[in-house]
Amino acid sequence: MPKNVPMVKVYILGEGFDVPEGSTIITALEYAGFQLTVGVGCREGFCGACGTLYREKGDYKLQAGLACQTVVTDGMNIAQIPFVPAEKPIYDINKIDPDIDAFKILYPTLFRCVGCNTCTKICPQDIEVMDYVQALIRGDVARAADLSFDCIRCGLCALRCPAEIVQYNAAILARRLTGKYLLPKSPDLENRVKEIAEGLYEEELQKLEKANAETIKKRYYDRDIKTG
Amino acid sequence: MYPEYMRKSIRRVEKTRSERLKLARSGKTIFPMMSEEERQEVLDNFHPDYKKDARKKVRIGPNKGEKITTKVVDVLEAYSRIKPEYFDLKHPDYETDVLVIGAGSAGFSASLLASENGADVLLVTKLRIGDSNSMMAQGGIQAAVRPDDNPLLHYLDVMGGGHFDNKPDLVKALVSEAPDAIHWLQELGVMFDRNEDGTMLTKPGGGTCRPRMHSARDYTGAAICRTIRDEVLNRPDKIKILEHQPAVELIKDDKGNVAGAVLYHLENRNYFTVKAKATIIATGGFGRLHIKNFETTNHYGATADGLVIAYRAGANLLYMDSVQYHPTGAVYPPQILGFLCTEKLRGLGAQPVNKNGDLFVHPLEPRDIEASAFIRECTDSNMGIETPGGQVGIWLDSPLIEKLSGPGTIKKNLPAMLRQFERFDVDITQDPILVYPTLHYQNGGIEINDHCETKVNGLFVAGEASGGVHGRNRLMGNSQLDLIVFGRRAGIYAAQYAKKAKTGALTLSHITEYDKEVEKIGVDKKHISPMVLPDYTPSSVKERQHTTEYQGTLR
Ligand SMILES: Cc1cc2nc3c(=O)[nH]c(=O)nc-3n(C[C@H](O)[C@H](O)[C@H](O)COP(=O)(O)OP(=O)(O)OC[C@H]3O[C@@H](n4cnc5c(N)ncnc54)[C@H](O)[C@@H]3O)c2cc1C
Ligand code: SF4
Ligand code: SF4
Ligand code: FES
Repeated sequence: MPKNVPMVKVYILGEGFDVPEGSTIITALEYAGFQLTVGVGCREGFCGACGTLYREKGDYKLQAGLACQTVVTDGMNIAQIPFVPAEKPIYDINKIDPDIDAFKILYPTLFRCVGCNTCTKICPQDIEVMDYVQALIRGDVARAADLSFDCIRCGLCALRCPAEIVQYNAAILARRLTGKYLLPKSPDLENRVKEIAEGLYEEELQKLEKANAETIKKRYYDRDIKTG
Repeated sequence: MYPEYMRKSIRRVEKTRSERLKLARSGKTIFPMMSEEERQEVLDNFHPDYKKDARKKVRIGPNKGEKITTKVVDVLEAYSRIKPEYFDLKHPDYETDVLVIGAGSAGFSASLLASENGADVLLVTKLRIGDSNSMMAQGGIQAAVRPDDNPLLHYLDVMGGGHFDNKPDLVKALVSEAPDAIHWLQELGVMFDRNEDGTMLTKPGGGTCRPRMHSARDYTGAAICRTIRDEVLNRPDKIKILEHQPAVELIKDDKGNVAGAVLYHLENRNYFTVKAKATIIATGGFGRLHIKNFETTNHYGATADGLVIAYRAGANLLYMDSVQYHPTGAVYPPQILGFLCTEKLRGLGAQPVNKNGDLFVHPLEPRDIEASAFIRECTDSNMGIETPGGQVGIWLDSPLIEKLSGPGTIKKNLPAMLRQFERFDVDITQDPILVYPTLHYQNGGIEINDHCETKVNGLFVAGEASGGVHGRNRLMGNSQLDLIVFGRRAGIYAAQYAKKAKTGALTLSHITEYDKEVEKIGVDKKHISPMVLPDYTPSSVKERQHTTEYQGTLR
């Protein structure tokens, strides 16, 4: 950290701490002396472990963000939400169809959505959460999968939903059903799996496995390269 | 937003862009690949592994006398966190057939296959389940699926990338099971990107001779990891989960076989014991050791714990003298220092250029070569750009992607990257990204055979914690693949082993013995491992913690 960085004051669980300007909420917490054991994971915005509620100085609004991705501002009031006690129904993906019935049975709360848009407003990934919930209500599983693709399961949407919907768990089901049933099957993939099961490359692979370093090197540097 | 002096350099990048675009469109190679000799030269002179203090001899344990990465030696030559005499091993807190340590994609695959092969599974992890390096992979997963590709070509690429040090039996397993791994993931519901005709979209990657990289936008690792996590969560009767409870030591039985682990609860600070017929280590890598003070792309818990506890239990390490620095870590803005800028950027056509906007290396050399070339450009050649914070980097010309493939390409294919930089007011569709190599991947690890077995009975390893398959340098997309291929294998073979295993009386005597060895070489009592979590407490705080005791990095 370069010298003479200007400091800002942040309030962690109500208590004020001076931290360097430009810190993220995670690095601010650490600078203030907290050793984090929960509420942190990847530190790069991919895992959703670090959901945090905050309020900025002079603002009445309660906002939410990822602690590893949100830069602190002077006067910010912070509370981490390391865990959301949400329901997760159990299912066998092989035994459900990619349609509305799956959601009626497993996620009946979806149909209570009041269309308040709170979830969309809070989502740190800028996902149209309400739209994917609505897509599920219409039975448009592929659309919900597409819209929810960037979800990182931070849980913030469920936390604020007045209808107690667990949006992100319904969304992973939508994506799994789409990946398994709705996307086209790749003929090349099916074919290659079959070829290998029939042992097509086995003999050649065994030869490579036993070949000496010189042979392998030669074949490596001689191989033709196609990048298009 | 970039300050004005950096903008000046960006304008030079913009000036050369149209020429470089023409070159890229011409289909000719935009910069010659290095010969074997040139590669060696740039590695010798610029790769951090080749610096004098990069390695030292480890003085105890199975690899005694071998030169290993210095920071790794430091965690191996350290005392245990536990006092064996405190534990009542006659009454373990948990009993299971298969214990899986670590909940990334390797641990999930292992848990699923172990349960399908008749074993009861206990899955324990340090953070929440799924918070891992697996979740963070953006670029892709390799498999030779296209008609113009095949497992033999994949085999050669893996070997060449690994400098021919790879263990051939492992490479054979990797490449021949790759298509089936993709198929398995698809059937579990991973939404891989498709071409319009329904075939899998595949892109080239560093060191591949065919476009072989399968992706799920730039959330490939997440798409895989969260799908198999959901499947794990759907089997609560077969797979029990303990979160925030890292394994800090392995337990053995009186026959010398591994038979479980000691867990440390990070919240209530209890220790718990697990008795298991077979144990699988899937604890991932070591980025948070910050080797040579590099920033890292790795998650918060990547502290080489698995290596340490396996080593104490008698397993040997392979290729722990080599470290993977990813060529393109972010150096600006400062909040995302070390953040991974996926190789897929270059796969899609982004070119690395220096402060004058000139190309100086082929964009897709193997990672260690590419990273070394970047370091050369920033040091010896003095053609890098310095940030206000004092870091140096070169430009990755991302706007070129949209020039090549049309506007919207970045949003469609790299939403995570776009979002990440937007959060800090950088628009990568308009401006290039400043990058420098960042600590990324543990090439070596605990040696395994193609059944994921180690030298010690009852101990299996899968994923980044294992060593051998990638030799001394892994290519992009082969790690995500190895998690699935060897994760599944570990699950199968551990379940089979568990069926026959007759576990004897439990013991931690190997810890007592190992600690004696550590003491003999005169290591300071303060050195404790595994590290579990890095310590980012500033000294100003520590000065006031008059009554706080640190056990290694933990309070
Ligand atoms: C940012 C990034 C991008 C990447 N991109 C790609 C890519 O595009 N393609 C590719 O092939 N590879 C990529 N990789 C590499 C690849 O993702 C990792 O090597 C791989 O995910 C490692 O998987 P793993 O299951 O072995 O370990 P991880 O996924 O890291 O999981 C390790 C697990 O073990 C737990 N753990 C750690 N210590 C303990 C302990 N003591 N006790 C209990 N649990 C413990 C952790 O909490 C975690 O759950 C990338 C890596 C990173 C970091
Ligand atoms: S959809 Fe919900 S769980 Fe997913 S990222 Fe947005 S707020 Fe978080
Ligand atoms: S917060 Fe709940 S009720 Fe409101 S729109 Fe979102 S899902 Fe519907
Ligand atoms: S720590 Fe993973 S998203 Fe913030």
